[in-house]
Amino acid sequence: MSGVRVLVGTKKGAFILTSDGKRDEWEIDGPHFAGWEIYHMKGSPADAKRLYASQTSGWFGQLIQRSNDGGKTWEPMDNKFVYDGVAGTHQWYDGTAHPWEFKRVWHLEPSLHDPDTVYAGVEDAALFQTKDGGKSWTEMSGLRKHGSGPRWQPGAGGMCLHSIILDPKNPKRIYIAISAAGAFRSDDGGENWKPINKGLYSKYIPDPTADVGHCVHHIAMHPSRPGVLFMQKHWDVMRSDNAGDSWNKISGNLPTDFGFVIDVHAHEPETVYVVPIKSDSEHFPMDGKLRVYRSRKGGNEWEELGKGLPPKDCYVNVLRDAMAVDKLDRCGVYFGTTGGQVYVSADEGDTWTAAARDLPGVLSIEVQTLS
Amino acid sequence: MIRVVLPAHLRTLAKVKDEVQLSVEGPATQRTVVDALEERFPALRGTIRDHVTKQRRPFLRFFACEEDLSHEGPDALLPEAVAKGEEPLLIIGAIAGG
Repeated sequence: MSGVRVLVGTKKGAFILTSDGKRDEWEIDGPHFAGWEIYHMKGSPADAKRLYASQTSGWFGQLIQRSNDGGKTWEPMDNKFVYDGVAGTHQWYDGTAHPWEFKRVWHLEPSLHDPDTVYAGVEDAALFQTKDGGKSWTEMSGLRKHGSGPRWQPGAGGMCLHSIILDPKNPKRIYIAISAAGAFRSDDGGENWKPINKGLYSKYIPDPTADVGHCVHHIAMHPSRPGVLFMQKHWDVMRSDNAGDSWNKISGNLPTDFGFVIDVHAHEPETVYVVPIKSDSEHFPMDGKLRVYRSRKGGNEWEELGKGLPPKDCYVNVLRDAMAVDKLDRCGVYFGTTGGQVYVSADEGDTWTAAARDLPGVLSIEVQTLS
Repeated sequence: MIRVVLPAHLRTLAKVKDEVQLSVEGPATQRTVVDALEERFPALRGTIRDHVTKQRRPFLRFFACEEDLSHEGPDALLPEAVAKGEEPLLIIGAIAGG
């Protein structure tokens, strides 16, 4: 029987939620790595039992954990993330040059085909790769060294590489995004990179249309159309139909187009989900009413989805990696909040229930669809 | 044998419940003790000191014999009582949070 495994990274440990295909009753396993921040967990598309987790702490630094049995047991892997060659400098908040310093892993993206190959997006922004299941990590330094790196600047959350998208139709193509540098693309497997930020407009930087410096919060893609990208920027929801070469604003009738998450329906490439957040100075839903918005037309026309979500007095945030979809029919949609709730819709967003209500603040959510 | 007391999270990571006893080659210093600790418990590599610079992580301290040794050089000799195993070297996580 089909089911789902939901990998929840929180500020105080990892939790694994499981359910059958109905997705109405949930078992919660955890906390794993209790007391540690789990920035991200993700399973290999090529082996559902192979999981990777980024475990981090302000006291003890970075750990990478690997499971070979779907999260029942874990093994610490290599945690040595060393920049290639001279690390160099990027801009600090005040515009001065600041040396690149590794802080943590924000996102782990396993290869679509090989369980032992994983990409890691780190702070200070860089892309690393393992080809031996986490036993060693090597920087793919073509990104950091392509030329614009000295002009990158941290966002409020740090200068993090938070989005990694692998093109399922073109194994040489990788998209990444950095806060607050923008989106970048490689067409040769990660050797060479270029900024893909044309069409973005960010009035909080000196040149609102600069090639880098944009605070991209998250990027999503439907695997059947890897040239079409959806972006939640600091402000603005954006869309590209040419693999990021140019972007168009699709905020349309959203009540606010600030937010962090964005994702695409598993079976409908024109159906997109966002969670609007009031503003960059007030990180909570407008009017205390938690709502997901769905566009079935690839943007611009959005419908409010709130059935089952708190209608008032809700002042949580939904962080950039805390939304995911499953591949069941009907598509399930999941998101986690800084208040520790994990909300689930088993009907494409029409109605919502809480799979968990009282976890630590949720940093990330990934879903595995199990057969 | 050198006795080392780890903070709770690192005891979990090292899969030990109590203080650790280490055999250290040569003089007992912060460096030689952490070298021995990492050799015996590879999962601790990078958690007490940086992989490359070997600098102590800023939110960790080294205490022994009611003294804060954190700002001693990594090659300074540890107190004789620690070297003889009469007193433990305490690796302490800074009190922080709220």
